Amino acid sequence: MVFLEFEKPLESLYQQLDKIRQVGEVGDIDVSDKIAELENKIKNERKAIYDNLTGWQKVQLSRHPERPYSLFYINQMSKKFIELHGDRYFKDDKAIVGGIGNLDGQSVVFIGHQKGVNTKMRQFRNFGMANPEGYRKALRLMKLAERFNLPVISLIDTPGAFPGLEAEERGQAEAIARNLFEMAQLRVPIVCAVIGEGASGGAIGIGLGDQVFMMENTWYSVISPESCSSILWRSWDYKEQAADALKLTADHMLEFKLIDGIVKEPPGGAHSAPEEAVKMLKKQLKKSIAELQEMDPDARIEARIHKYSQMGHYDLMKKKAIVETKSTE
Amino acid sequence: MGWFKRLKDGIITSTKDKKEAPDGLWYKCGKCKETSTQKDVVENFYKCPKCNYHIRLTSAQYFEVIFDGKYETLFDDLISKDILGFTDLKSYPDRLEAARKKTDLTDAMTVGHGKVNRKPLVIAAMDFTFIGGSMGSVMGEKIAKSIDFCRENKIPLMIISKSGGARMMESAFSLMQMAKTSAKLSQLAKEGVPYFSFMTDPTTGGVTASFAMLGDINFSEPEALIGFAGPRVIKETIKQELPEGFQTSEFLLEHGFLDFIVDRKDLKERIGDLLAMF
Ligand SMILES: [Zn+2]
Repeated sequence: MVFLEFEKPLESLYQQLDKIRQVGEVGDIDVSDKIAELENKIKNERKAIYDNLTGWQKVQLSRHPERPYSLFYINQMSKKFIELHGDRYFKDDKAIVGGIGNLDGQSVVFIGHQKGVNTKMRQFRNFGMANPEGYRKALRLMKLAERFNLPVISLIDTPGAFPGLEAEERGQAEAIARNLFEMAQLRVPIVCAVIGEGASGGAIGIGLGDQVFMMENTWYSVISPESCSSILWRSWDYKEQAADALKLTADHMLEFKLIDGIVKEPPGGAHSAPEEAVKMLKKQLKKSIAELQEMDPDARIEARIHKYSQMGHYDLMKKKAIVETKSTE
Repeated sequence: MGWFKRLKDGIITSTKDKKEAPDGLWYKCGKCKETSTQKDVVENFYKCPKCNYHIRLTSAQYFEVIFDGKYETLFDDLISKDILGFTDLKSYPDRLEAARKKTDLTDAMTVGHGKVNRKPLVIAAMDFTFIGGSMGSVMGEKIAKSIDFCRENKIPLMIISKSGGARMMESAFSLMQMAKTSAKLSQLAKEGVPYFSFMTDPTTGGVTASFAMLGDINFSEPEALIGFAGPRVIKETIKQELPEGFQTSEFLLEHGFLDFIVDRKDLKERIGDLLAMF
């Protein structure tokens, strides 16, 4: 088990629990009361920690090394999943996966960012940072879904689109922009869920949907707290303040009406009971798809665009000619 | 007195941006370091007479260069709001106030409606001097409103981008403007109203990765910086020097993301030609 810094009180309780269990195994002392007491303590301590997480702590949780990633969710939700590869132009990006799967009898197309589970795989997956071909693969699969009238499920988990030399050469910006444009008009339901990190353009590049959810311990922002700190505070040391200032948690995002709902995680976060987390997300996805399938495609597209049109806050000031109308002399 | 005079007035009233604007009668080019008279610069369409460096223009200056004289501004009454209560070293309201004072603008985008060679056009243009031309809710809404105006009146839309990207101080609201503007553009495209995207120095980040790359025609001025990630971030990521000319408009043309590059002296004529052909 990996414990984050703010989970340290839990670590020592777990260590005590292990010791008592060992005592129980070798001796003939009855330790069941002691175990129950400790388990209860762990439960309460965990609740105390998890009920009061700061923005930065949620960012840390979203990056927890044991947190489930897209392929885990997809394979658990969908007993039969056929992964499909390649963008048909350049190559197969390993940082975005996709394919056809099944949600209890309903065929769906899955797309999602994919991070690696160990050092070697993290490199293989480029840490979940996609290149243009990843976004183009996702678009190809969404078009496939549209052709065969299958709903799209998009799982978001990225520290950002890859800022590399070749990514620029192949049009990282164009690939993300194209996805936004096409997703706005896609004739099948799109349901998105942030399952880990929702960083900036790299996240929204597969994130425009009829309904967008965030899991409880995830974040969504225009920039990571670290980069925000380095730019606005001119130092890497203000990530905690930046995380607070950016209001990047699921609660804030729902309050701002920038997402449609929050999917609860098991106590202690998705990594503490991944199968439970899958069940919770699956339940929401099935519900959303069923709702969206009731709608006529044109009405669904209109509602989707309308939803995004409403996003933004501004004031109106009294009309004052800042730039006066000029005329030729 | 034609638009030269007005351009000249423009340059004098906008000397607050000291790095770009000539001081007094002389202009020292930031690129070739040569000195020219201001008159020569203005008559040369705001380009260095020695090396053809295209000086960064304000929205008002582009309107003057492109429109047939008269134009009206639209949606001027939208102003930014600090919905998050964002404070870094400065509070967002203070930053907004400072930017307003410095630029005499209400936000980083101004929308103009006028004619180019007698054909109607709506131009939504950015000002880099207003918090780096950053995109927040106001810019997103001005673009959305411009699109609806163009759909209603069947007038082509042009967006002049000049931006460091999304406005951090509006966090996810600014991120969602990427989705909002792209979604609105899909409506414009569906209705067959042309959209020209003119990317000027610099165009990066969330602006490039949304409406800027979605033009029916994408074009730029010479040697403009255009990219998704900023050069510094890329350099830090790949830990090597960037090749000469990387992320310039010439680079983008070569890699297939621009339709053409236009010298500023031909800008108005080229836009007029496009409008006549669409
Ligand atoms: Zn020069």
